[in-house]
Amino acid sequence: MSLAKRSVLISALVTSLGTWVFWWGTDGFTAFTAETARRVEILRSPRVLPDVTLEDQNGKIFHLKDYQGKLLAVDFIFTRCTTLCRSMGMIFKQIRDLIPEESLGRDFALLSISFDPEHDDPANLKKYGEAYGADGKIWRIARVRDKAELQSLLDAFGIIVIPDQFGGFEHNTALHLVGRDGRLRLISDIDKAVPFAEQVVALL
Amino acid sequence: MIGILSHHPGRSALALGAFYLLLATPIARDWLEASMSRHMLVQMPLLVVIGIIAARLVPGRMQDSLLIQFGGAWPCVIAALFASSYWMLPRALDAALTDPWAEVAKFLSLPFLVGFPLVLAWRRLTLIGRGFVWTNFFSMLAVLGWLYIVAPVRVCNSYLVNDQENAGWYMVIASVLLFFWWLGTLLVGGGVGPDKPDQGGPGRTFA
Repeated sequence: MSLAKRSVLISALVTSLGTWVFWWGTDGFTAFTAETARRVEILRSPRVLPDVTLEDQNGKIFHLKDYQGKLLAVDFIFTRCTTLCRSMGMIFKQIRDLIPEESLGRDFALLSISFDPEHDDPANLKKYGEAYGADGKIWRIARVRDKAELQSLLDAFGIIVIPDQFGGFEHNTALHLVGRDGRLRLISDIDKAVPFAEQVVALL
Repeated sequence: MIGILSHHPGRSALALGAFYLLLATPIARDWLEASMSRHMLVQMPLLVVIGIIAARLVPGRMQDSLLIQFGGAWPCVIAALFASSYWMLPRALDAALTDPWAEVAKFLSLPFLVGFPLVLAWRRLTLIGRGFVWTNFFSMLAVLGWLYIVAPVRVCNSYLVNDQENAGWYMVIASVLLFFWWLGTLLVGGGVGPDKPDQGGPGRTFA
């Protein structure tokens, strides 16, 4: 084969291979960031979560598994947060208010998990909860005390927490929905509270 | 650089390999990957440079036969374009930090799919071919940098949002400086300019 022909052939091969790698690496040119990728993957295959031990704002110890059979909305916070977590509190409150009252607590619950267990003791969790009307039953604010358990939970959810230069944290913020089977099945943007609540209502 | 290196090619190769391994040590990786700017603008270019130097350590005759094996200059340039663009995806950056296999892929692909093939192809590229590679690189850097500056969201879960903005600015600045440097070599035609005469190889023409 002449060099020119070979060149064209191999170029075509390299181009298709490169395109395939891009297609594969971006879930068919849809997910260019890790955050989108996480959401696409969850939709495709709901993820099993580790059964971690939590402590809520009343000091009550419980397990993530206790919620099986219910739909559970989860967000991740730290109570010293002055920016996003504040609005997260408002958004969770808004979601709670959009769910029919008879389902609250029975078929649907909310859980805000702090990834800052050293600072967020039950007293601080309670203060945060009271600011948004979290009652400790329908909506609990909780921490995972065990560091390894917390990390495994964050990994399963795909949450990356990095310290910022002000002594706080930066983290990817989203609304998470855990299905009745205990699997993470939906992740949406925090400004999509209404569609999120509609999804929940449709599943009730 | 090539002049200095070719006196002791064996020793140079050893030093290059040692530097490659050094970059791969956890300490170097942690430090270079701790900020987005260092990750994108120090570690990744260094990996490409390792590939460039490695290719230059290969004797000219062997470079030519390798180039023929690879089907000439075009496949090399295309491979380099794909591989370098891939590692500019925010998702790829995050993956390199969270998935060890992605990190391995980065350490292998940047030297061997970007730096190495570019050097092989370079001598065969015409002025326009080289100009295409350069301007493509500048514009990619500038556009991506601009996107990082104006992005309303954090594109990398592993990096702070102001780190992203800094990286964006560095990229824009780097692309402007590089562009003017390249323009300068075009007009003056020094040692690094695109019109550098072919020094090695039997002078075959490639498609």
